[in-house]
Amino acid sequence: MWWVNLLIGLLAGVVSGMGIGGGTILIPALLFFSQISQQTAQGVNLLYFIPTAIIALIVHIKNRNVAFRIAWPIMLLGVLGAVGGSLLAIVLDGGILKKLFGGFLLLMGIYEFFKKDKKNNQPKKEATPN
Amino acid sequence: MKRETVKKVGLYALGGVVAGFLNGLFGSGGGTVIVPFMEECLKVEERKSHATAILIILGFTMVSLFFYGSKQFLDWKLALLVSCGGVVGGFIGAKVLSRLSGGAIRKIFGAFMVVAAIRMVMW
Repeated sequence: MWWVNLLIGLLAGVVSGMGIGGGTILIPALLFFSQISQQTAQGVNLLYFIPTAIIALIVHIKNRNVAFRIAWPIMLLGVLGAVGGSLLAIVLDGGILKKLFGGFLLLMGIYEFFKKDKKNNQPKKEATPN
Repeated sequence: MKRETVKKVGLYALGGVVAGFLNGLFGSGGGTVIVPFMEECLKVEERKSHATAILIILGFTMVSLFFYGSKQFLDWKLALLVSCGGVVGGFIGAKVLSRLSGGAIRKIFGAFMVVAAIRMVMW
């Protein structure tokens, strides 16, 4: 069912605009509806992130919301972690990785659920970006 | 001055490496770490943290894709389909949802994540 996958993508796209990782919705949903490995589902999320991130970045750069001076050092230093994590992901057994992912998802879900909504507590400095 | 710089670089490295590692290991979730990190540790405002995180994770993603691809874990056809939906959804999210209060939506998705997580760990 191709339209199910299309719909999953749409939903994840809306959510990722909110700062909740789209992958936390996308990966479990893909695994639920199709017979793919944990790594392949994660790979789909990585690929999917590129076009959606570029679209979002264009909007954010226009609105001057991207702090480049902070982004570059974190990115360059963090790449070491990205290499380590990716290497571990591709050598682990899919079933074990799925359980680890589940544990991570559980923590993030609890965090999202109990996180205070800052926008309601603070006065708005700017109502609209432009 | 010099000591301050060392401290700052160390802090950047810690946040970056943890977010990069998790993003590589789980193919997602880097933003969930780096956004609160920037807000709490670097005192970057919420909106800017979200936007800046996208750029950072984009860098990590490029690196991770290389490794996933080396073991044939990339389903391009499925990714293309999902991305078509994602581009439309991402545009809606960036344009509309950044102005909405996400309190209720967050709780719904948080609950969804907990249910999905329990299912993944159990089966």
